[in-house]
Amino acid sequence: MHREDAIGAAVDHPSTATLHEPELKHHFDDMAQQREAATLGMWLFLATEVLFFGGLFAAYMLYRVWYPGTFADASRSLDITLGTINTAVLITSSLTMALAVRAAATGERRATMTGIVLTMALGVVFLGIKGVEYYEKFAEHHVPGPGFHFEGQAPERAQLFFSLYFAMTGLHALHMIIGLGIMAVMLYMAWRGAFSRRWHTPVEISGLYWHFVDIVWIFLFPLLYLVDRHK
Amino acid sequence: MDTDTLALPRTHYLNAEYGITSWLLTTDHKRIGLLFLAAITFFFVIGGIFAGLIRLELLTPAGDLVGDDTYNKLFTMHGIVMIFLFLIPSIPAVLGNFLVPIMVGARDLAFPRLNLMSWYIFMIGAVVTTGAIVLGGVDTGWTFYTPFSTHASQSNVLMAGVGIFIIGFSSILTGLNFIVTIHTMRAPGMTWFRMPLFLWSIYATSLINVLGTPVLAITLVAVVLERAMHLGIFDPAYGGDPVLFQHLFWFYSHPAVYIMILPSMGVVSELIAAFSRKNIFGYTFVAFSSLAIAIFGFLVWGHHMFVAGMSVYGAMIFSVLSFLVAVPSAIKVFNWTATLYKGSISFQTPMLYALGFIGLFTIGGLTGLFLATLGVDVHVTDTYFVVAHFHYIMVGGAIMGYMGGMHYWWPKITGRMYPDLWGKISAVTIFLGFNLTFFPQFVLGYMGMPRRYHAYPDEFQALNVLSTAGASILGVGYLIPACYLLWSLKYGAVAGRNPWGAIGLEWTTTSPPPTFNFDSTPVVTTPAYAYDVIKPREPERA
Repeated sequence: MHREDAIGAAVDHPSTATLHEPELKHHFDDMAQQREAATLGMWLFLATEVLFFGGLFAAYMLYRVWYPGTFADASRSLDITLGTINTAVLITSSLTMALAVRAAATGERRATMTGIVLTMALGVVFLGIKGVEYYEKFAEHHVPGPGFHFEGQAPERAQLFFSLYFAMTGLHALHMIIGLGIMAVMLYMAWRGAFSRRWHTPVEISGLYWHFVDIVWIFLFPLLYLVDRHK
Repeated sequence: MDTDTLALPRTHYLNAEYGITSWLLTTDHKRIGLLFLAAITFFFVIGGIFAGLIRLELLTPAGDLVGDDTYNKLFTMHGIVMIFLFLIPSIPAVLGNFLVPIMVGARDLAFPRLNLMSWYIFMIGAVVTTGAIVLGGVDTGWTFYTPFSTHASQSNVLMAGVGIFIIGFSSILTGLNFIVTIHTMRAPGMTWFRMPLFLWSIYATSLINVLGTPVLAITLVAVVLERAMHLGIFDPAYGGDPVLFQHLFWFYSHPAVYIMILPSMGVVSELIAAFSRKNIFGYTFVAFSSLAIAIFGFLVWGHHMFVAGMSVYGAMIFSVLSFLVAVPSAIKVFNWTATLYKGSISFQTPMLYALGFIGLFTIGGLTGLFLATLGVDVHVTDTYFVVAHFHYIMVGGAIMGYMGGMHYWWPKITGRMYPDLWGKISAVTIFLGFNLTFFPQFVLGYMGMPRRYHAYPDEFQALNVLSTAGASILGVGYLIPACYLLWSLKYGAVAGRNPWGAIGLEWTTTSPPPTFNFDSTPVVTTPAYAYDVIKPREPERA
């Protein structure tokens, strides 16, 4: 552990350290410790998120095994073109995010801002396309509830698929919106010149979050859109 | 040392700043701990009032004090308030917040602002949940079983669900903060196996908070969506499975039992070591048993569902796994007992609570084995046997540990001592009142009295009268500490740094500690309970 070498040495009083490192919070000993804490914190939060989505994935798995025919029927009613475009959009946004993190680490302010702006733009495109898809579903009466209508065998069970579809993609979209908010803050901080080679942890851990939301979609896309396309 | 020569430190975290905003905007982990203390004490009283009304109704066989609808709401709200608003935050959010940074030798938790946010999230969730109670209550039981909660119940399920969902984020963020702090903020020389066992238990608890709570959250989201928007993930009309709800619910809510009991076990380890002046026997085993309980805890949820239509094979696996939890639990009890052996034991108030914990937890744990046994469980499912069992764990275990911890660290938190005689009286009163309340319920349950009914056949009355009488003694037992602890704030003798003569970083700093806990970062050179190496100075006051 990086702090072991401090044994026996006189340790600075909290206030003296802050004179050298403006970004160092008073309760940390050094920048490395602060960065380690922030990164571990984000990973733990993502573990929480995995379990959060995990409940819905468990439900999906159960019903998919119970009602494979219904799930296949209902899945085919989704717009695969839009879904595929959205997948490409989101993967590209992860690339621009990674570039933004890299630029922040090398201290390139403009490149950091460009990367964040592109990431946000792609995020907005994703949400826009998702909105179009939702509108189609409303128009086709595929939203569970009294007005639900579905052509095919066991239409009432198709509501189960669409319940999961709206719950899972809705939660995912909510995470995207939160991600856009975080990116807006990162953009502002980058514009103010807050990041440097020495300190860019916020961009880094925001990137972790963005990639996580991306990865959730990488699981949602095959489960919801591709589950019966091989036939 | 004469008490007259002791004085409170000139500046400490309580008088460093004044005014209401210095509390509401504080990022000091110690002050946030006290904010939680105020909140959960309030909810403990509320939950206690519900419990009192339940016991009063059950004094007579006829359902005469409240109607059946009201009774359903009473036990539901007792459960919701006590579990989500009191027990789950109790030791971690109060004592954990206060002690984790001090015990690792840090100036604060890793994320002080997030810590304050935890408190605000808790309060928002608590207000919403309380709103559900004030606006007519909830009648589903604290378990929110579907389809009753999603389709049939006319009560405020939606609002209570939203409230508990919000509270969940508070325990996730607090747990996350503790884990990161323990990983990254330990003082020089504070290796993992020099950590006090309280930290190990808080670490294990936090793992459950971080990994279990989100599953409850998503389950409540599904219930809320089903009630409000016709999305039906558990709806049998769509082909959905209400039993899936039970699986997801208990995937969190069984580990939640360990969220409540593990911190108490950590407290008891501290108390047993301090008051028998010995290193904890088998420190490593006790430390790892906390992690083992956290891990096994995630694998046994099915034992809540033996009669819910589970396959025989599924039930057998869950039964065997449930028995496994007894192993790390027994390791703790045996090792505490072995620590006492040939120790220099003193029976001060915290120690009485710790010994009470060991006895009551053992009864609660052993009756848990009855319930893990498939044949017995079918006989006593949904009877008072179950009620008695989990109250032995949660009240006899978790709250005894909480009370013991509060009495042990109270002088550190406030700088003042409470009268030990009154402390002993309260500990004994609570122990006796508790047993009188809940032991008869084991017998009632075994005789077949079902839980969750406001009326019962005449032959059960004698034992119910005993139980209600015990509840009133228990209530008095909790009121006594409320009086003398408040009294001690102003009139208690000054405690000094180390009133118990105990070992631990928290006892090396002033009482109350300064805002940044230590004047200089401590350097640790000995194991946690090196009573055989370090001879701590005699307690500064007798």
